[in-house]
Amino acid sequence: MPGPFEYFIWLSCTLLEIAVVVCALKKGAIRKYFLLNLYMAASVIVTGARFHVLTSRGFTSPEYVYLYYYSDALLTIFLYLALSSLYAHVFSELKAERYVRFGTLVLLAGTALFSYGVVHESTTKLISRFVVELSQNLYFVGLVLTYVLWAAILKLRETRTQLIQIVLSLGVYFSLFAADYALRNLYPSISSLFISLLQVFGCFLPLAWAYTFWRIPEDARIVPSRLAVVPR
Amino acid sequence: MMAGVIFVFSAAALLQFFISYCRSLIAASSKQVLSAEVKDVTGIQRIASGDDFKRVMQLLQLCPERPEDRNGVQAIGAYFSLLSFLRSTLARVVPSMRAWTESERGQCAYFAAVALERRISFSRDMLAQQMDA
Repeated sequence: MPGPFEYFIWLSCTLLEIAVVVCALKKGAIRKYFLLNLYMAASVIVTGARFHVLTSRGFTSPEYVYLYYYSDALLTIFLYLALSSLYAHVFSELKAERYVRFGTLVLLAGTALFSYGVVHESTTKLISRFVVELSQNLYFVGLVLTYVLWAAILKLRETRTQLIQIVLSLGVYFSLFAADYALRNLYPSISSLFISLLQVFGCFLPLAWAYTFWRIPEDARIVPSRLAVVPR
Repeated sequence: MMAGVIFVFSAAALLQFFISYCRSLIAASSKQVLSAEVKDVTGIQRIASGDDFKRVMQLLQLCPERPEDRNGVQAIGAYFSLLSFLRSTLARVVPSMRAWTESERGQCAYFAAVALERRISFSRDMLAQQMDA
């Protein structure tokens, strides 16, 4: 059963997710970053559903466990699609939206196939194992894609500060999750510690996006090469 | 083995993204010119040094917090700690890194001074509102 600290993090995270959508609405960025905001809104709805099942059925009930992992996979797919919309923003001048959409779907199908390949020999709970595996693999694929997107931003000299901050914060988020999942596989005996850390990491993305929508004007510009760790 | 490779790649990417993200936060404030008052209080005239950071942060904590500043200040605080760690470890071996960490630490101090300026004007606005009421 979650303790007061877990509930506090959970509530903070949900409030931050609501703040992202509210900030985007107030600053007129909801349409421009529609999939990002849709992900945040979906996350709030999922939190509500999880809380309802947690209080009515209990933390260890199969309903809660199923809802948790299945909704997590669904949210990861949403976030993956949100990332592909950032690709469309960066490559908008090249008129490459159609290719981005096609590439996104191919990669998603490839990740699903790979995940199935990993779990297909399991005799029990095949679908549940698949869902968990897909979710973990998508975090790593998301990290690689964000890294490629950051390289494209540097190469194409993209200057929109809002977009750059959204991509960088997404990179931090995916790296935190991918590293956490890797550590969980490396040290299964202390996996509960890494699960608790995931909750805290989860607050980073809404925090960073709310800040970006609220504080960074849409027309703000920045020189991306100045942000690179290795000077260009 | 695979998990180990993923961890190393993720940690390296995390470091890169985190540094770039903090720099993007700093870049927004680096164009802002400090008022004479804040220059006097912080002792920063034109270019800030890393040694100014702690002092400016102490001054920052004396002012009422602005909710919209909190996240940025915390992220830059973490970035400053990372830079200080690099300066006292890796930069001892790689001399060029020393200059880089020092310049970055200075920019963190400048970011904190800009945040201080905003908090001072925020406090003044609050006081003016109370006086009016």
